[in-house]
Amino acid sequence: MSFLTVLYACIFYAATAMLVGGLVVKVNRYARTPAPLKIPTTPAPTTTGGVVLRMAREVALFESLFKSNKWIWLFGWLFHVSLLLVTLRHLRYFTDPVWFWVVWAQPFGKYAGFAMVAGLGGLWARRFLVDRVRYISTPSDHLMLVLLIGIGLTGLGMSFVAHTDIVAVKDFFLGLMVFDLRPLPADPVLLVHLSLVALLMVIFPISKLLHAPGIFFSPTRNQTDDSRERRHIAPWATKFDVGSGSKSE
Amino acid sequence: MAAPQFEVPKLTGYIEVPAVKEGASAHVKSFPANAAIQEIIGFPAGSAPGELVEDWHDKAIAKMGDLLGKYRSLQVFMDACVHCGACTDKCHYFLGTGDPKNMPVARQDLMRSVYRRHFTFAGKYFPSLVGAKDLTKDVLEDWYTYYYQCSECRRCSVFCPYGIDTAEVTMAGREILDAVGYGQKYTNEIMGKLHKIGNNLGLPGPALLDTLEGLEEDMLDATGVAVKLPIDVVGAEVLLVTPSADFFAEPHVESLMGYGKVFHAAGTSWTLSSKASEAGNFGMFIGSYENTRRAAMRIREAALELGVKRVVVGECGHAWRVAYSFWNTLVGVGAGGEDPFSIELQKQLDPRYPAPQHICEFTYDLIKQGKLKFDKSLNDHRVVTFHDSCNVARGSRMGDIPGGQFIIPREVIKAVVNNYHDMAEETIGESTFCCGGGGGILTDDLLEVRVKGALPRMEAFNNVVQESKVNFLALICAICKAQFVKVIPFYGFDMSMVGGVHQLVSTAILLENKEEE
Repeated sequence: MSFLTVLYACIFYAATAMLVGGLVVKVNRYARTPAPLKIPTTPAPTTTGGVVLRMAREVALFESLFKSNKWIWLFGWLFHVSLLLVTLRHLRYFTDPVWFWVVWAQPFGKYAGFAMVAGLGGLWARRFLVDRVRYISTPSDHLMLVLLIGIGLTGLGMSFVAHTDIVAVKDFFLGLMVFDLRPLPADPVLLVHLSLVALLMVIFPISKLLHAPGIFFSPTRNQTDDSRERRHIAPWATKFDVGSGSKSE
Repeated sequence: MAAPQFEVPKLTGYIEVPAVKEGASAHVKSFPANAAIQEIIGFPAGSAPGELVEDWHDKAIAKMGDLLGKYRSLQVFMDACVHCGACTDKCHYFLGTGDPKNMPVARQDLMRSVYRRHFTFAGKYFPSLVGAKDLTKDVLEDWYTYYYQCSECRRCSVFCPYGIDTAEVTMAGREILDAVGYGQKYTNEIMGKLHKIGNNLGLPGPALLDTLEGLEEDMLDATGVAVKLPIDVVGAEVLLVTPSADFFAEPHVESLMGYGKVFHAAGTSWTLSSKASEAGNFGMFIGSYENTRRAAMRIREAALELGVKRVVVGECGHAWRVAYSFWNTLVGVGAGGEDPFSIELQKQLDPRYPAPQHICEFTYDLIKQGKLKFDKSLNDHRVVTFHDSCNVARGSRMGDIPGGQFIIPREVIKAVVNNYHDMAEETIGESTFCCGGGGGILTDDLLEVRVKGALPRMEAFNNVVQESKVNFLALICAICKAQFVKVIPFYGFDMSMVGGVHQLVSTAILLENKEEE
């Protein structure tokens, strides 16, 4: 077994552990922190079903962003939808036999890589061209885009320019999933691609990528507008009720 | 009007996004609170106003940790922002000043940079990479400046793809500042008056009685009908809680007379309360759950003592947000409570009506039932537009359906006036622009940002003045009224153009003398 194979196996086990472990810690914190007051941004749905719909529109269509700025929406939505298609397509490297709908998604996922990089390019251009966005951009904002563009370009390179031994790559990952180390091709473009993906997994739970789980816990979007009908009170606030009858002072 | 010490923006007909001008409003700072003011509302103070307590650094970080554990909003909002820029052109203070720290994301980042430094892995080990900053006195100075250039209007939260609400961050920032002795004089002093005397203006009971009697006489003279403004009447059906400005100043009192006339015409028994003589609740502005609750307790106590069946709230924006969204939580004014504390009050309230109810909901119901008669032509000298107050628009509701807070006040207006025109779509409803004076900004030491922050609203208003000859800006908020009366003259309008929705009702309503029982 080559050093390279062992190294990348270790990297991916570690990255997966950090991604999952980090997200569990963060999501747990979001879930356990109370929202003591009703603060939905109104007009807000008055029923749970309505909230599910609002959240679905927000997550699938970026409704609020659409209201805000058509350029950011266009680039951002293009990037995210493309990333989704690309990710679904990549399931073929982790399943054997490949699920039928992954086969169906294959051509879309393949070309979505271009749209993904285009969307990222648009978002990056805004960080230089719009003075307001330039002002708020930190080095990590730029590097995050560099990282994602790097992943996209190396992936496209392997799909359309210099093919890698994809059968061996798939074998490597199928092996990883059953703790059986199988050789990884020593293709430089592949190694860069995989390294960047592992880096993305590691920084996910310690960076702004937490917007992905975060939105589901955002009180302004996930609360029902029913404050007059239901008493909503946080555990830490109930102590104020005790002992305070009709006369408090 | 004295000449302003700053350049008043010119109206151009369009709401333009300015170029970034760093530090453009860094010099505008409200007066800090002294020790006496801080103490009354339970906060510490340094050696002089604006001086921090000893151990300020550790205390501030500890307070931030405390708030991150108590408020999911703050915890999620600190993590979720991706710096996409969607909010950067949404704040009226940025649009009016061009100061980039008035962009919602930058305002949040004042705190987020400290959060990252002290509470996240990336900020601890790679601070410059992620824009993390140590908490220093300079950082707290920036907080004080820019957290008091935010009116907590929530416009940014409408447009954020994750619903990040800068108001929540501003409230947390002010709460941390208060915890290290750096409170704002204006808000905290008013908070103390509310606790000690019962209303923001510090009007004692006898002064209140005098005012009400005077207004009753005015109405009798003007209409020939004995419209009453009762106070502290045990056994009345409705308790009306209204901002204390309604007892004090023009144009606020015009709406108070309007409420009185509506109750008179409907034949509903009602009362004001000297204990609950303030609907406003500045506790929300400083993010203080305890102070907000303590102030709201007055309403609960008054409702219990007077034995009322309904609680109705007068024209006040943030008060309606606190009442609609928080009263049930804080003091049990609402329905659906299952604990002894809330049941004690809720069993007394009439379940056929929402609790609390907005005065516009109350009047609208009566209009629909045909119980009120109007002569709209009495308002024919007015061409009216309506300004959606930020807290009503984005932090509450009226009626049964989402967005009722936009429909009901307009329906009330249209029932009493013949000439009505909305301002541009993107400046009303959920996208409404703040008046520029909300959330603890309504103080003369912040006049420059108040005037500049009003710019987007003034542009939209000016357009309907030019196109439709609008001459009346109808409001349902005491802060909006006070702000516009002060600020619209800077833009060349007359302050008499500002008034309340129930001022319009008051003009058009037809009254009959009721038999005294």
